[in-house]
Amino acid sequence: MSVLVIAEHDNKTLNEATRAAVTAAKKFGGDIHILVAGQDARAVADAAAKLDNVSKVMLAESEPLGHKMAEALESLVLSVAGSYDAILAPASTVGKNFMPRVAAKLDVMIISDITAVESADTFVRPIYAGNAMMTVKSSDKVKVITVRPTTFEKAGDGGSANVETISAPDAVATSSFVSEELSKSDRPELGAAKIVISGGRGMGNGENFSMLEKIADKLGAAVGASRAAVDAGFVPNDYQVGQTGKVVAPELYIAVGISGAIQHLAGMKDSKVIVAINKDEEAPIFSVADYGLVADLFKAVPELEEELGKAGY
Amino acid sequence: MKILVPVKRVVDYNVKVRVKPDQTGVDLANVKMSMNPFCEIAVEEAIRMKEKGLAEEIVVISIGPAGAQETIRTALAMGADRGIHVTTDAAVEPLAVAKILEKVVGEEKPDIVLLGKQAIDDDTNATGQMLAALLGWPQGTFASKVEKADGSLKVTREVDGGLQTVAIALPAIVTTDLRLNEPRYASLPNIMKAKRKPIDAKTPEDYGVDLSPRLEVLKVAEPPKRQGGVKVESVSELVSKLKNEAGVL
Repeated sequence: MSVLVIAEHDNKTLNEATRAAVTAAKKFGGDIHILVAGQDARAVADAAAKLDNVSKVMLAESEPLGHKMAEALESLVLSVAGSYDAILAPASTVGKNFMPRVAAKLDVMIISDITAVESADTFVRPIYAGNAMMTVKSSDKVKVITVRPTTFEKAGDGGSANVETISAPDAVATSSFVSEELSKSDRPELGAAKIVISGGRGMGNGENFSMLEKIADKLGAAVGASRAAVDAGFVPNDYQVGQTGKVVAPELYIAVGISGAIQHLAGMKDSKVIVAINKDEEAPIFSVADYGLVADLFKAVPELEEELGKAGY
Repeated sequence: MKILVPVKRVVDYNVKVRVKPDQTGVDLANVKMSMNPFCEIAVEEAIRMKEKGLAEEIVVISIGPAGAQETIRTALAMGADRGIHVTTDAAVEPLAVAKILEKVVGEEKPDIVLLGKQAIDDDTNATGQMLAALLGWPQGTFASKVEKADGSLKVTREVDGGLQTVAIALPAIVTTDLRLNEPRYASLPNIMKAKRKPIDAKTPEDYGVDLSPRLEVLKVAEPPKRQGGVKVESVSELVSKLKNEAGVL
């Protein structure tokens, strides 16, 4: 049994989601190899080589791989797929983009967004936005899987695998990278943050999100938003937590002015502790919150900032 | 230019689904069905391309039970030109859907296949990518903006951390994200007109595709329930509880 994990990274650092995929891979038993596809991504491969239980790291570099182009990733993964029983990648927008291509070429059905590995051929995955959990058994020869990073522990360091350089596939003429607009922020990434504070339609406008940013900076938290706040144009789409946005599971999730539509709950209900601040005491968010505060957020949030200051933040 | 838009009939997004007591699936009896919201966005985008004079014909295809015909009619009422209904009562996995679509693409020769990024029932997010791989076509997935250039498309994609723009040569696959557009409602005259638009009746056998599922569903269960907690009276009580009781501060 050997399992290939495709690393998630930004060409500089190994993304934590990779560690979750390695934990999922460990449940298969057998060797774990990691493929780092990128550009000038040596540091990522070196970090992957230190992961616990990893016995080999392959590094392939090219411009299209650096931009995570699906067509390039497909040919690269297919070129090494031969000997593996399972191929795993985090269920990020990168993994979701190229993994189904790999599966189709191998003539196997992809198993998307798994939340548990029951055995080497049986997995649990959410359907209907997490309103039901489906256990499936795959009859395919190779399992091609994307892993929901928030539901697996992050594998630690402790390994010392060799890094082997492999050749990148020839560039595909029919697709090319044009540009990228990534949100710049000194705060932690939504998916990786230990604390997340999110605002909803109740925030009223984009400027008011600065109240949440102040608290986020005190706590080292990431700022998120509900779909309603994104659709209203308060904040960019990559802030969105929910069924159609990001799925997060931090230690502490603070929902401010968020009513708690099913859509949103699907993206945060696995958080360890949930706090809801909302002036409507009937809001559905309170039914999942560990601590609910029925209050006007425009009073409560500045007060929270002050109280945190008193508490030493 | 010709656009093929595959659409799926799913449980309406406003319905809260219930797991069957015997854990064999979710209860679909007497539940409102609608076009998958991401597919609706795909239909709308195709119509907008036609309205801008970029496309001449929009063909809508759905693979599913008799009721899927309604979903095709909805797309025709929005403005698509004709439909193909591949009738089957079986649950068809995205891999088999992609294989049928590959055959349909061979017959119809569209320049673009425009699909929703995922269906809100199985949440797989794979059909477009799988079809692209089978055809050897480039893809622009999770699109929030699609612009036509000479012989290619410029697709802005919603990715973790922001937006990415790629250029893909035609023929190509595009899958839609939520903010690509806001789908229109069909007007009554257009609903009437759609009744006369042709729908080709097909079966999976016509395409010679093996539909046997690769994933056997062992169980469909309720997710673990989260209990609501307590209400706090003040912000200071909240901070103190987070610190001393929950231990997260």
